[in-house]
Amino acid sequence: MKSKPFTLTILDIVSLILLGISTYLALVFAPTEAVMGQVQRVFYFHVATAWVGMLGFIAAGLTGIAYLRSGNLKWDHIEVAAVEISLVFFFLAIVLGAIWARPVWNTWWTWDPRLTTAAITELIYIAYFMLRQGIEDPERRARFGAVYTLIGAVSVPITFMAIRLFRTIHPVVIGTPSAEAQGGFNMTGDMKTAFFFALFAFTIIFIDLFWNRIRLGELADQVEQLKLKIMR
Amino acid sequence: MSFLTPPPDTSGYMIAGYAIAFGVMLLYVISLAVRFRSLQQDLMTLQDLDETKS
Repeated sequence: MKSKPFTLTILDIVSLILLGISTYLALVFAPTEAVMGQVQRVFYFHVATAWVGMLGFIAAGLTGIAYLRSGNLKWDHIEVAAVEISLVFFFLAIVLGAIWARPVWNTWWTWDPRLTTAAITELIYIAYFMLRQGIEDPERRARFGAVYTLIGAVSVPITFMAIRLFRTIHPVVIGTPSAEAQGGFNMTGDMKTAFFFALFAFTIIFIDLFWNRIRLGELADQVEQLKLKIMR
Repeated sequence: MSFLTPPPDTSGYMIAGYAIAFGVMLLYVISLAVRFRSLQQDLMTLQDLDETKS
């Protein structure tokens, strides 16, 4: 295995710094929201983690297409990396949303269209790993994964649009909220700074983790190939 | 006299949210590092085996 690229080491450090700055902006720089109080600060990481979660699921769908077109297993490693990281971030988005909802909606969870579609998306990708484990042949597994992520990616725009298409209590931060929305607020200039910086920071963190996870997949493949060579 | 009521104290939820966010991210990074180290050890063992075999 090649040693860690210098650019990746730099990216690791930059990601840590950006995470620190984003935390400062969210917890200190942004003003306290007048109605919800401190819990509103969870919103900055909630949206940012949801954004990178969706980004990875879409990236997995695109790598699925790349695999189906080329048949090159490297796309399968990239796809697995994208799904794994997105599962972690999307899980965080759901948990942070539940924590925000408790004092604002007076409940941890409700079967609202946005929450339901988000939970379905997370379950679709948990099932992806469970189903992959049942397939021994690497090429069949990759083909199945590619088709699955391609179909699974449809759940992402549905989840994104759920609060814009259906009657929902989930607030819309950018765009027109539904009349039933609860917990919405108008962002001040400082809130917008914290919000957009969090989106930027988490995108860089996602790229960094994605690269590291792809390297892990390549190493696993190398080990697998060597095992097969020795067993022959 | 102010007519504005102070916001409710929801700082406990905020702390819980950020603690979980950092905790989960840290656990994921640790899991990546552990898996990487374990695979590197496997690779070295297999390379030794391959050399003795050939």
